[in-house]
Amino acid sequence: MNKYYLNYLDELESEAIFVLREVAAQFENPVILFSGGKDSIVVTYLAQKAFYPAKMPFALLHVDTGHNFPETIEFRDKLVNSLGVQLLVGSVQDSIDDGRVAEEKGKNASRNVLQITTLLDTVEKYKIDCAIGGGRRDEEKARAKERFFSHRDEFGQWDPKNQRPELWNLFNGKQFKGEHFRAFPISNWTEMDVWNYINREQLAIPSLYFAHEREVIWRDDAWIPLSEHIKLDANEVVSTKRIRFRTLGDITITGGIESEADTLEKIVDEVSTMRLTERGNRSDDKRSESAMEDRKREGYF
Amino acid sequence: MELHNSQLLRFTTAGSVDDGKSTLIGRLLYDSKSIFEDQLSSIENTSKRKGHEGVDLALFTDGLRDEREQGITIDVAYRYFTTPKRKFIIADTPGHIQYTRNMVTGASTANAAIILIDARNGVIEQTKRHSFIASLLQIPHIIVCVNKMDLVEYSEKRFNEIVEEFEVISSKLMIKDVHFIPISALDGDNVVNRSENMPWFSGAPMLHTLETLHISSDINKVDARFPVQTVIRPQSEEHRDYRGYAGRLESGILRVGDDITVLPSGFTSKIKTIDCFENTYQEAFAPMSVSITLENDIDISRGDMIVRTNNQPTCSQEFDVMLCWLNNNSARPGAKYSIKHTSNDQKAIIKEIVYKMDINAIERNNEDKSINMNDICRVKIRTTKPLMIDEYRDNRMTGSIILVDDATNETVAAGMVI
Repeated sequence: MNKYYLNYLDELESEAIFVLREVAAQFENPVILFSGGKDSIVVTYLAQKAFYPAKMPFALLHVDTGHNFPETIEFRDKLVNSLGVQLLVGSVQDSIDDGRVAEEKGKNASRNVLQITTLLDTVEKYKIDCAIGGGRRDEEKARAKERFFSHRDEFGQWDPKNQRPELWNLFNGKQFKGEHFRAFPISNWTEMDVWNYINREQLAIPSLYFAHEREVIWRDDAWIPLSEHIKLDANEVVSTKRIRFRTLGDITITGGIESEADTLEKIVDEVSTMRLTERGNRSDDKRSESAMEDRKREGYF
Repeated sequence: MELHNSQLLRFTTAGSVDDGKSTLIGRLLYDSKSIFEDQLSSIENTSKRKGHEGVDLALFTDGLRDEREQGITIDVAYRYFTTPKRKFIIADTPGHIQYTRNMVTGASTANAAIILIDARNGVIEQTKRHSFIASLLQIPHIIVCVNKMDLVEYSEKRFNEIVEEFEVISSKLMIKDVHFIPISALDGDNVVNRSENMPWFSGAPMLHTLETLHISSDINKVDARFPVQTVIRPQSEEHRDYRGYAGRLESGILRVGDDITVLPSGFTSKIKTIDCFENTYQEAFAPMSVSITLENDIDISRGDMIVRTNNQPTCSQEFDVMLCWLNNNSARPGAKYSIKHTSNDQKAIIKEIVYKMDINAIERNNEDKSINMNDICRVKIRTTKPLMIDEYRDNRMTGSIILVDDATNETVAAGMVI
């Protein structure tokens, strides 16, 4: 065996850095969509690497649903501070107050779908021509079809059947006024790769990913955290469990799993033996077989 | 999991549902325990609802709503699995002739291609087409899976006949490394586990073959090519004098102290440092993304290429490519297109169509001078400025181009430099 080959994590890292540099070179005003979740943390870290010792040429854009875990916001502000980059915030509450969208009603109401309008409005407001996301193809069947450079029309819509072919390392980011792109540097990473990488690079992540005690209710086969935004049914009981989160979305829809994994090593071990997909605990994806595809067509992340 | 030294292998599977392609991928993922329980239970439910016997593994590869409804693959879908030996990326592409463009897309980054043959039908036109595309895109390894062996009574004779038929085609094409495996994707014979029904087969099952293909030599390690993507110039006081050329080494190896030439300008210098983030290296090899600093201050920008002075690509404005047309709008010979090559972006015209390939017969057609969707033609291209090219067969990264139509901004063609 000759020594001139990269292991798979180094190859994925190199590919992501390549994509991020292409974004910087091909677009005027690109931003990183930052949710505070592990995938956007990895993308932000890779961007830092790609342009070091210069500052990354991207602002962070957070679409704030108002239904956040307080820990995520705290983490976000600390990170933005340490990187010295600009933070842009699109507020779903503002979109509701402006009458752009209406709050969903009922027990399973969420602000998940409402984010689309806020995101697209924010893209327009700041004249963003490329929004870099932490989406991965292994997450969901509609995402399995995503390109690294994914075109959005002037309505922000994705047309999965009419995508630009993407060959070799040649990414076509040409666009007309009013259109924009989404770029996905970690397309080829799996959940396991992300955790192995976070562990290898010893990246800081929100405490929510580690096992901790929390008041929760059992809903839709997952432990949903108790918060001011949750309406309890008469038969729902609050209990205290030792849980952690595999993904971070809105506090209203992100289910935790019972876990003892309180270090990165333990998380890596736990994820490698998981028998359920990470999105299995997200009620936003359980709405229908095409839930993700439908939202993505409209302009979702 | 002890994965830390394992490599990444990208492979493509071309074929239609009829060949058992989806079943094969489903089987591979299922037997390698890469399917999660919630995915499996969702497939079980759908299988029941559709009245299928048992679990229809093909359903696992269903993607978009239209694909589910029509039972076809429309676009390239990427799938992932890992074994203790390697991490795999599958580019799952549709096999019908109208989707040649998707096959080409999936093949462009693949180390290996799986070509499926139905044991009952043997080598058919589609097999020829897939083999031609695999050779055109210079996929280093081909695995021919003769599927549905259960339907020909696991006959060694039938398998050998098909191997012979295939060798007639592969001898006409530039296919280097071919493996033949008799399988039954439906029952899992020779996919992950060795088949008990075919004791006469002494080769390895498919997964083992994928795990052991020698891929370290797939990337050209001889010709150092470093296309500059962007220039890193920090504004901070601490790094004020840093001027790094950022890019990915597309082939070859570069070392600190190497004599280099910057193309197309021809300026020469020496490599001072090779950096990535807080690490500095004595050498870098493909496909590493790094930032290079030079001993001298030279004007270098995106689109330039740093190469070793004693090993340079061809700088040319006029060259031949095998072009695969990817767009509904036919080519307009003489019209201007944007051409993308490495980090370079120029204009180009198609000067002449030399011939068109009949990809089913693997024959040249010198009469037909139109270029339509899914056509593969040899053409002469002229660019506004020189490009630093290598022949595709020597270098997949510096030998490839795409054409973009400025009227629509769509990627309309992919080309391989001859």
